[in-house]
Amino acid sequence: MEMATLLNYTTFFPLVGALVILMIPRKEELLIKSWAFLVTLVTFLLSLPLFYHFDGTQAGFQFETVKKWIPQIGAGYHVGLDGISILLFVLTTFIMPFAILSSWSAIQKNVKEYMFAMLFLETGMLGVFISLDLVLFYVFWEAMLIPMYILIGVWGGPRRIYAAVKFVLYTMVGSVLMLAAIIFLYVYHQATTGVFTFDYVELSKLAIPFGIQFWLFLAFALAFAIKVPIFPFHTWLPDAHVEAPTAGSVILAGILLKMGTYGFLRFNLPLFPKAAAYFAPLFFWLAVIGILYGAWLSIVQRDVKKLVAYSSVSHLGFVMLGIFALTSQSLQGGIIQMINHGLSSGALFLAVGMIYERRHTREISEFGGVAKAMPVFATFFLIVVLSSLGLPGTNGFIGEFLILIGSFKVVPTFTVFATAGIIFGAVYLLWMYKRVMFGPLTKEENKKLADLNAREVAIMLPIVVFIFWIGIYPSTFLSKTEASVEKLIETVHAAKTEMVEQDNIHPLFTKGETVKASRLTFNENERVSGGSE
Amino acid sequence: MESFIWYIPLLPLLGAIINGVFGKLLKEKAGIVANLTILGSFYFTVKAFLYVKDGITFNGNLFTWISAGNLQVPFGVLVDQLSIIIMLVVTGVGFLIHLYSIGYMHGDPGVARYFAYLNLFVFSMLLLVMGNNLVLLYLGWEGVGLCSYLLIGFWYEKHSAARAGMKAFITNRVGDFGFALGIFLIFSTLGTIQYAEIFQQVDKLAAAGVLTAATLLLFVGATGKSAQFPLYIWLPDAMEGPTPVSALIHAATMVTAGVYMVARFNLLYAMSEVAQAVVVTIGTFTAVFAATMALVNNDIKRVLAYSTISQLGYMFIGVGVGAFAAGIFHLMTHAFFKALLFLGAGSVMHALANNTDIRKMGGLYPKIKITAITFIVAWLAISGIPPFAGFFSKDEILAKAFAYSPVVWVFGALGAVLTAFYMSRLVFLTFFGKFRGGEELEHHIHESPPVMTIPLSILAILSAIGGFVGVPELLGGSNQFEHFLEPVFERAQEHLHFAHVSHGLEYALMATSVLLALAGIGFAYLMYIKGTISPAKMTERFKGIYTVLYHKYYVDEFVEAAIIRPLLAFSRWLWHVVDDGIIDGIVNLVGKVTILFGLIFRRIQTGYVQNYAAFIVLGVILILAYYIFG
Repeated sequence: MEMATLLNYTTFFPLVGALVILMIPRKEELLIKSWAFLVTLVTFLLSLPLFYHFDGTQAGFQFETVKKWIPQIGAGYHVGLDGISILLFVLTTFIMPFAILSSWSAIQKNVKEYMFAMLFLETGMLGVFISLDLVLFYVFWEAMLIPMYILIGVWGGPRRIYAAVKFVLYTMVGSVLMLAAIIFLYVYHQATTGVFTFDYVELSKLAIPFGIQFWLFLAFALAFAIKVPIFPFHTWLPDAHVEAPTAGSVILAGILLKMGTYGFLRFNLPLFPKAAAYFAPLFFWLAVIGILYGAWLSIVQRDVKKLVAYSSVSHLGFVMLGIFALTSQSLQGGIIQMINHGLSSGALFLAVGMIYERRHTREISEFGGVAKAMPVFATFFLIVVLSSLGLPGTNGFIGEFLILIGSFKVVPTFTVFATAGIIFGAVYLLWMYKRVMFGPLTKEENKKLADLNAREVAIMLPIVVFIFWIGIYPSTFLSKTEASVEKLIETVHAAKTEMVEQDNIHPLFTKGETVKASRLTFNENERVSGGSE
Repeated sequence: MESFIWYIPLLPLLGAIINGVFGKLLKEKAGIVANLTILGSFYFTVKAFLYVKDGITFNGNLFTWISAGNLQVPFGVLVDQLSIIIMLVVTGVGFLIHLYSIGYMHGDPGVARYFAYLNLFVFSMLLLVMGNNLVLLYLGWEGVGLCSYLLIGFWYEKHSAARAGMKAFITNRVGDFGFALGIFLIFSTLGTIQYAEIFQQVDKLAAAGVLTAATLLLFVGATGKSAQFPLYIWLPDAMEGPTPVSALIHAATMVTAGVYMVARFNLLYAMSEVAQAVVVTIGTFTAVFAATMALVNNDIKRVLAYSTISQLGYMFIGVGVGAFAAGIFHLMTHAFFKALLFLGAGSVMHALANNTDIRKMGGLYPKIKITAITFIVAWLAISGIPPFAGFFSKDEILAKAFAYSPVVWVFGALGAVLTAFYMSRLVFLTFFGKFRGGEELEHHIHESPPVMTIPLSILAILSAIGGFVGVPELLGGSNQFEHFLEPVFERAQEHLHFAHVSHGLEYALMATSVLLALAGIGFAYLMYIKGTISPAKMTERFKGIYTVLYHKYYVDEFVEAAIIRPLLAFSRWLWHVVDDGIIDGIVNLVGKVTILFGLIFRRIQTGYVQNYAAFIVLGVILILAYYIFG
């Protein structure tokens, strides 16, 4: 089969599966669950040839499909994968079967609707990663919100409504500005080239003057910063995680947050490279604050899930640092760290879900000595914790190490503070692990805890395999990203040089001339001079 | 060598995997699996040693571990004169400790887990030593840290054990923070992390002005791993782990990783006088500082722990002043006698139902003779009595220290007196005098089984004669050890400057240090055997000093009050005030303001047509007014 066709099939197969669920009677819960699992599993298998055939030595898009969609407004169905999206695409198909499995006994009510939402969500997420048309991207971006909103709002904890509404509204605030920026870009493209198009590849050919890049960058950045989330836009995350069902948290941490960092790589950097170079110092600040702030807050959390949620703020701070440091190591590390965070945090949430299902609490103080009652669980949990704290030999190390060693060349001071984050990472994770797993088994409820069953082992084992695979032989994955990353770095560096030398604009907080307000206004002259017609 | 070299690290890994996965089925047989893999590893190490002895070294890669841009990290090993010595110690002494563990851990329900961790440790330690680049060193470095964490907290149901494991890992992470920055600095300057290339381009490092910074950052890691001031605080608590673990990890191998690292980067340290001075100062201070705490401690294992910290200080004096071979020599002899002391302590505990308090011991010599005799050999070795192993290595360090600066020698000699004293106190209180542990326990006392006493005996032989490989020329030897290591330290020599010390002075120094050791022993003899000087009166007289020493200079209390508590308080403040209060407060405020607007404006939507009509009229009037008057 053509790989491009396969890409489309893989993306929409879950949606087809979701429609099939509608036809299954609601009392056939086992059938619904099994079907949903089968669909996600097949989707994963379908994605494997894509990964295998993806040529990492090429920087451009592969497996492309370009079709007309709404020609009246210039919106097309343009999809494809490059080195930046391929790993996230496969991560999504990989995580979903576990998300379904983890819901097997945890979800008791409205199983039919739940599984429908899950499958619908999968197509939405996959769509985000393959879209190369801004309208298409926006549709998937928003479509994905709905099932997530329902997952938290219906199957969530006691404060689920508050959390769900906060999640959706917060995300929407960002998205709306992004939509405005997309439309602006569309109009701008027409003004300079005479063609109305939302096509990503076409839009990225534009040479946009700095004054315009400045604003467009900010509009896109806000949407993605909320999604990542970057400090200080993170407060929706702990609420959403605490209330979401386990699978919701797994998907949220594992995939949804990556869309923020992915957005920066896909849109902010290549479309607005000058503004990216200009704003980079701001993001260094926010990244490092996020790393330390998230770690410190994690230390004192009493709820394990909230701890993992805050740790995400810390981990994604590393990714942001790597992205804006823009070296081959830091960027590749950033991409690998996105995958790592998907695996490790996903697995942490799965582990928390497993003990929550048994004890119906996530308060750290309710546990203690669990390792005695659940030795198999203790082993898996420890491996995941170690991966999360970046122990060499596990995936976490590869990501953090590449980010830090790559960033050190560019921003040594920030990197020193970021590196300090690895100390606090060990503090909050090991202290949590000690209080939950070690010590005497004092509580009666904990003495009776049953160890993991076969289904649960089947969930943890494949993730652990990848934790070590990426840790020991990361080349399988790094080789896919190299060319795309190099191209991106080139683009931004060239733009930066042009910005500094021709526009005489220096990055934020650096010596030299700062941007005068007058340069940011969008006037007729600039529009013409910026055009490439 | 290539045909078998990979077996050396991989066999213990295989053992760890087998014991980790099939531990439940293997139970006590796990010990056999673990021992066989280490023995195999030792066999191949000896085989490799024979090559290296003939001058054939090995530097090769198995595969590319990490490749990103110009960063190339091979999974590769370097087997040269330096690494082979430590590999011999790790697998040789490691095997003896594995053997001993079969007896010591007999009957423990977690025995398979124990051996899995122990094998994993040997694997990590071998990677640390054999790796041919900084990142692989770091992998081993953190890997041994993990095993240390797991083994200290082996009896995890005990709060103190779980806590000690965590403390060890986190303290080491503080060190690793510096270590990682050192790697980053070297890479960003040279674009490589491979030893061979770093040494080639070392002038570039110096020209960029980062040589001192890089060596000091790496040394921060060494202070963590090798328990030097101020990051030594985890090691005494690490005694919560099973005693063979203390022997293997916290005496013979892992804690010497920092010494190995400095010796490996000998050229870099030799080129920076500041780095040398820092290493020597920290080493000297720690050597004396830790010894003082050993003076008054009553726990047999903790006395040995402080002793280890102090002895590691001596090794750093050695590698710090540029006497790299002497530092490594002491590393090796220390591995023999300190492993022996720990295993001996374990045998004593075995005899006394796990009692570690020396106040409740005494008079054990006739009851557990093999343990006692081997322990005494180790005592003489560590005290620096000729011709036991410790004498030669310590003396060589002190001689070079004198040539570097007589002040260092003075403190080193002071530490030697203290060492002789606290070790004698330990031996006298444990093995001589009367038993003070009560009658019931006295009946219990028994010698350990052969599986434990055989390793003790072998280590005793090594502690007795192990020093002969490095007899200095001054005493008519040929110092084979130093000559063997010469190729590794060759390039550093041109950067080192020692003052000339005459033979006469060297003899005098040697005699002084032996006399000082004897004085320390004699003083302890008077206090604890003869009773001429009453320990109680001494305590009374120096009450202030005694209290401070007994409370370990209140360093743990200081860390708790100055670091841990403020960190927790700060984090809680961040959480409640900044995060929940301010940041989330603003987010929710935005929501509330929106709702407020809704509440206000919805009043306009009354549903009454009359109202809407009135608004329309009002609007028309306003617009008209604007055009007419505006």
